[in-house]
Amino acid sequence: MYTLLKQIARSGIVTDVEVQVDDALRVTKQGLDDAILRRFGRSLSIRHVDAGSCNGCELEIHMAQTAHYNVEGLGIKFVASPRHADMLLVTGPVSRHMEVALKRTYEATPDPKLVVAIGDCGCTGGVFGESYASCGRVSNVIPVDVAVPGCPPTPEAIMQGILTAITRERTIG
Amino acid sequence: MHTAPNLQLQSIPGAVQAAQAEIAPEQLHEVCAQAQAQGARLLALWGCDDTDQGRGFALRVALLTGTGLLCLRVALGPDHPHYPSIADVFPAAGRMQRATYDLLGVHAQGSSDSRKWLRHGAWPGGVFPLRKGQALGAAFEPGADHYPFVRVEGEGVHEIPVGPVHAGTIEPGHFRFSIVGESVLRLEERLGYKHKGIEKLAEGMAIEQAARLVGRVSGDSTVAYAWAYAQAAESIARLQAPPRAVWLRAIALELERIHNHLGDLGYLGNDVALSFGFFQFWRLKELALRVNAQLFGHRYLMDLIVPGGVALDMPPEGPQRLFELCGLLESEVRTLRAIYDEHAGVQDRFMGAGRVAPELAQSMGLTGFAGRASGLAADLRVDHPCAPYDRFEVRMATHGEGDVAARVSVRFDEVLESLRLIRVLLGQAQAGPVRQPLDDAGGFGVGLIEGWRGEVLVAVEVDAHTRIRRLHPHDPSWQNWPLLERAVMDNIVPDFPLINKSFNLSYSGHDL
Repeated sequence: MYTLLKQIARSGIVTDVEVQVDDALRVTKQGLDDAILRRFGRSLSIRHVDAGSCNGCELEIHMAQTAHYNVEGLGIKFVASPRHADMLLVTGPVSRHMEVALKRTYEATPDPKLVVAIGDCGCTGGVFGESYASCGRVSNVIPVDVAVPGCPPTPEAIMQGILTAITRERTIG
Repeated sequence: MHTAPNLQLQSIPGAVQAAQAEIAPEQLHEVCAQAQAQGARLLALWGCDDTDQGRGFALRVALLTGTGLLCLRVALGPDHPHYPSIADVFPAAGRMQRATYDLLGVHAQGSSDSRKWLRHGAWPGGVFPLRKGQALGAAFEPGADHYPFVRVEGEGVHEIPVGPVHAGTIEPGHFRFSIVGESVLRLEERLGYKHKGIEKLAEGMAIEQAARLVGRVSGDSTVAYAWAYAQAAESIARLQAPPRAVWLRAIALELERIHNHLGDLGYLGNDVALSFGFFQFWRLKELALRVNAQLFGHRYLMDLIVPGGVALDMPPEGPQRLFELCGLLESEVRTLRAIYDEHAGVQDRFMGAGRVAPELAQSMGLTGFAGRASGLAADLRVDHPCAPYDRFEVRMATHGEGDVAARVSVRFDEVLESLRLIRVLLGQAQAGPVRQPLDDAGGFGVGLIEGWRGEVLVAVEVDAHTRIRRLHPHDPSWQNWPLLERAVMDNIVPDFPLINKSFNLSYSGHDL
């Protein structure tokens, strides 16, 4: 136990990433009113759905939850059931074999809800595109609020996408 | 090759010791049984549609023998193509045969399980996506997916269906547990949810173009796939990648092994309620990924390895940064290993959980580090080293227990060995160019790499116009998924996540 505590003390606090909102990631105009956004902003629950990724995006979603990025420090946590979630974080092109599961997960998520598509595949279908086996991008199957490109996107970019979805859009000009 | 003296062997040029032979369907079973008796293992099984060339269909079987890779090509007729099942010789063949039927309509006769495998409801039975006449874009009305799971009956038995959407950041798959109380009587897996049509998509692609796709078959093993694919392409073009390129590839492959093991060792701590382990190991993993990004422009080294070499060279400060990283990781990993080893709660959960006995591992064909944790001393880097692994010794880690504790121990050993190997490699730096252009050529080529999870095989057939005719990437998860079903038997349901993570198999690499 002593070595464990010593290791914690020696490691210190390593969080070193600050994330800013990026309106360019929005797919649709922010439709939620200020009161709801303020609530989400303080405590957001996310359900991740892998709809057919290569598993690269998952590696970075895991990483966002580690000490260097500390997404939980922003009041954001990952939950086990869509029924507990405010947001779906969806990776992958949607494989046709995951189409029904993704739609059902979306329906099981209570309103108001947000969807963030993660990665080049989630944004456009990526290298997999559309075919007999792939529906392509996430917005071909469920409505998407924010899409984060990258292959895979960095943990910062993923966090930026999440924050953008729960922030009021800045009016231009 | 000793395996079957009656075979007409033709050597396949390239970095992998490989040969191919054409056999008739009625010889297949005997050849496999002979090879198996002499210690050969099944690496992969897939099929091709050559009817457009007037040649009917073909089955391909890749075996790893004592002298290297043996690729069998079995010519089948154009109508109702079939061959004798080899699942009784190599149990791992079972699911591969079922997948080959789903995708190509080539039937394994005499198999004890002929249920569909990769096909759910996206295309109807009787339609075979990999047949040449079938268009990539042909989409069908989604149909219902009726799958006859095996029912376990008896007093107090009930089923827990889990997935495809799991509680956590995990890939999708379905697990059907039959339990009594908390104890698992049987687990049945249903995979195929991530089928993205990778093999069909590759057809008609240029060689360079498909490299990006192959690097995304299983993102966590992108280096292993890219290298195996490059070997296959270079084998067809009769080209040897420059020495500096293979030197960089080996550094990349060991980095990939390190960051995957670090991530899993962290999650294995988390799964036994030691979140300390998760935060510590992922802190180290992040440090490694940042060095990857600084030196090679990508945190996971995607698209670094290309046919003909590597896409970019390491900057001059690279060796110094890697030495520093290896030194730091080694001391931290040793500290953390001592903490795991001495933690009674952790060891209580690890020891005895999810055991795969060596005899079972041997007969079912368990592979990779999981195989080594069940006493199977096999590692391509040792047994069939390709350059640059032929220039130094790789110390293989093995363990005899086959439980979670054994897989953890082998992973620790492999992290430390990879850290040592990177420093050995840095001491043997090669100068010169890192990429050579590929000449236009057609033919069949194969690549085989010991990825962090096990052997990754990529086979490619290129036509006369240098377009891909057939591409088959094979993930070692095919071999190991059936053993996960066995490993959880008689364990309690709450230990499933721990046992599952101790293997950490790829869904994407399996579902294609």
